[in-house]
Amino acid sequence: MKIIGKKPELCTACHACENACSQAWFKVQDIGLSCIEVREAAAGSGKTAVTVCDQCGECIDICPVSAISRQQNSIVRISKKECVGCYSCVGFCPASAMHMHRNQLVPFKCVACGVCTKVCPTGAIYLEEV
Amino acid sequence: MSCGTKCTVQEMRKAHKVLAEYDYELGKVERGYNNRTLYVNLSDNRIESKAVSQEMKDIFIGGRGFGLKLLWDAVKETTKWNDPENEIIISPGPIGGITQYPGAGKSLVVSISPLTGAIADSNVGGYFGPLLKFSGWDALEIQGKAQADVIVYIDGNSGKVTIEDAPDEEVNSHILAEQLTEMYADSESDKRNVSVVSSGMAGQHSLMGMLNFSFYDVRRKLARLKQAGRGGIGTVFRDKHIKALVVKFSNVKGDSNGPADIERIAKAGLKVHKELHDYDDVQCRMRKQGTAHLPGIAHDYDFLPVHNFRYGSHPEARKVTGIVWEQLFTQGIPDGCWYGCTMGCAKAVDNFMPLTGPYKGERVTVDGPEYETISCCGTNLGIFDPHAIVEINFYVDTYGIDSISFGTATAFAMECFELGLIDKNATGGLDFRFGSALSVLEALHQMARGEGFGRIIGQGVRRMKKHFAEAYGADAQLLADIGMECKGLEYSGYVSKGSLAQQGGYGLTLKGAQHDEAWLIFMDAVNRQIPTFEDKAEALYYFPMFRTWFGLNGLCKLPWNDVEPADNAETDEPAKVPGHVQNYVDIFSGVTGREISKEDIIRMSEAMYDFQRLFNLRLGYGTRVHDDIPYRSQGPVLDVEYLSRADKYDKELKEAVGFDPEGKTVAEKIHALKSYRKDQYEKLKDAVYKRRGWTPDGIPKLETVKRLRIDFPDVVALINKHAK
Repeated sequence: MKIIGKKPELCTACHACENACSQAWFKVQDIGLSCIEVREAAAGSGKTAVTVCDQCGECIDICPVSAISRQQNSIVRISKKECVGCYSCVGFCPASAMHMHRNQLVPFKCVACGVCTKVCPTGAIYLEEV
Repeated sequence: MSCGTKCTVQEMRKAHKVLAEYDYELGKVERGYNNRTLYVNLSDNRIESKAVSQEMKDIFIGGRGFGLKLLWDAVKETTKWNDPENEIIISPGPIGGITQYPGAGKSLVVSISPLTGAIADSNVGGYFGPLLKFSGWDALEIQGKAQADVIVYIDGNSGKVTIEDAPDEEVNSHILAEQLTEMYADSESDKRNVSVVSSGMAGQHSLMGMLNFSFYDVRRKLARLKQAGRGGIGTVFRDKHIKALVVKFSNVKGDSNGPADIERIAKAGLKVHKELHDYDDVQCRMRKQGTAHLPGIAHDYDFLPVHNFRYGSHPEARKVTGIVWEQLFTQGIPDGCWYGCTMGCAKAVDNFMPLTGPYKGERVTVDGPEYETISCCGTNLGIFDPHAIVEINFYVDTYGIDSISFGTATAFAMECFELGLIDKNATGGLDFRFGSALSVLEALHQMARGEGFGRIIGQGVRRMKKHFAEAYGADAQLLADIGMECKGLEYSGYVSKGSLAQQGGYGLTLKGAQHDEAWLIFMDAVNRQIPTFEDKAEALYYFPMFRTWFGLNGLCKLPWNDVEPADNAETDEPAKVPGHVQNYVDIFSGVTGREISKEDIIRMSEAMYDFQRLFNLRLGYGTRVHDDIPYRSQGPVLDVEYLSRADKYDKELKEAVGFDPEGKTVAEKIHALKSYRKDQYEKLKDAVYKRRGWTPDGIPKLETVKRLRIDFPDVVALINKHAK
């Protein structure tokens, strides 16, 4: 399956990936609505952390209504129709890569579409077969 | 026309005759309320909508508060549990139904209790309450009695309520909930949108009937059950000839409860999800063991009930500790009884095969056992075999009886048998010594059939005491000392002999001997944080008031303190879990838009607490004498009990009582300790009543009800009547 690979040491924190993601999926440029997250690793560290789903699937077993499933291409997706907006998956994601936003009733996550990788100027993120 | 006993679900539905139909306009929940309640009268098949006023929301809040308000208006001071005007009210409260915070889907059930004659309230999971609210109703109020078994069906998708004659469905819950879920769901994926309330065969043949509330488990593909156990409301349900209540609503979303500020709620919920993810394995293991993690702790600290509360521990207790249950419970499945509860303590034993009774040899899923069932139906009966405990658990649930009352009443009967107060003539030949699991199961099946000694046990401890004294000449004082009930309600599973505050936690309660108001054993007996009467009184003010608030709002108590923030121990008052109290402030304000403080939580609860106390008074209870407790809950009754902790009791006699135990007989020492401890309990009553703003007779003072804004004319008249 494909996932988003990352080399945080190459990241310049330009946030182009986040804007591209939110534009692709929510039609706005709002990094709060991005499925990939670029933040300072620790206050004052000067290092950057890139958080993105690695499709581990732990969220599948947390969902009370089985709204999260692994697709044929191995990507983990949320059914908006089934989701009851409890955010259990957000709290239990081991990578903190499941997201919520005040304007969205359901959580959202990376499905490895790769749109973010295309705008990364340094190759810090890329589609990777695992 | 009935289709007989072996018909399909479709044939069963065809046999339904619609007795009444009521169409209503669907609405949208606004800030936790629909502002109307649903009234159903089964005597004349009347269905009506009642408006909810702003005052009702401000003072009675919802949940148990709405139940109390509606019941108060419906009954007279002479109303008994089986009078048609008695009601069953189910209400989820304003927070009930949010999906973002763990433990927020509770229903509160209120009625006049067959066991106590006073008010029973019960807090239960399952999907009924939230789906009821999203169908357009803040409460369901059922009055009257049907002539034959009926189902009340609320279709929250189309806006229709029907009363349907239902002759063919099973009565026992594990089958009935399945039948009705299949009957009213359009498809497999629609089943989680249906919830059923039911009781069972023993519910109609005992006074300790309970209600099962279903929630469809999408992974196990079956209707699971949570219990409104305490107080015998299942008995009222069957007496009204209700076979089941069914609700259906098919579009639950994150904002179905219409919150004022969903982000505020979600932030609070996310904190608790993360705490459960990070700390549950090293704190209570609720996600793997549920409350079944407790027997080992209770044994270690000497408060696990054994042999009708004689002892607090037992060498065989290791057979029923948390790890044993963890291995029996199916792991890795979200076991929340409402969406978003990541505490997920509703554990289950799958593929269980009962060895006795009508379902012998079948494969069933058993919901539980929880701590109370393990202790009351296991260790307290001298049963340490997990399989036997699961089997008792299965049958009490499907037969619709409260596992706490069943266990404690059975323990009392077993002790009476062991002491020779009753014999095999009384038990119908059953060997009723402690540990006789097969006899207990047989009594349980008898209770379901309304026969034999099981039917006697089903009357509860209070009535058994009278019966054993009258029919068999048993020593009435001994029966009073070992009969573990208060106000007519059986004790739950904690030995309180070592903690005066917990004795108050059981006795100075509204509905009887249960622990959901105050659980103070650690604060009092282990950590010694509340040494004085004033300290204990403060705890018996704060905790009952705080915990009452869960019942007003449709919340579960467990996520409050069965997981704690990492820094909780460093806070000023760790026992209160201040971080989580702030969460409750946030979610109440986030739902209702009404800004509150943590002090407001206590004020809201206190108004309802005192109102319920006064409701008991109105029904002929609710005074000092009704807070009396059996001596077994205060200290050792028998020589063997005293001798099992002789050093501790001797020390207390010497240091606290001023009685030198040297050279005294055990009987003399028991007598001296009993006088002292009973006197201590009376002093505790004085201190607690004073702190609660009540008279020395345990009645809320006029100035107290004025402060709490419940000085309605009939309340004032009631207080004045008793002041004379």
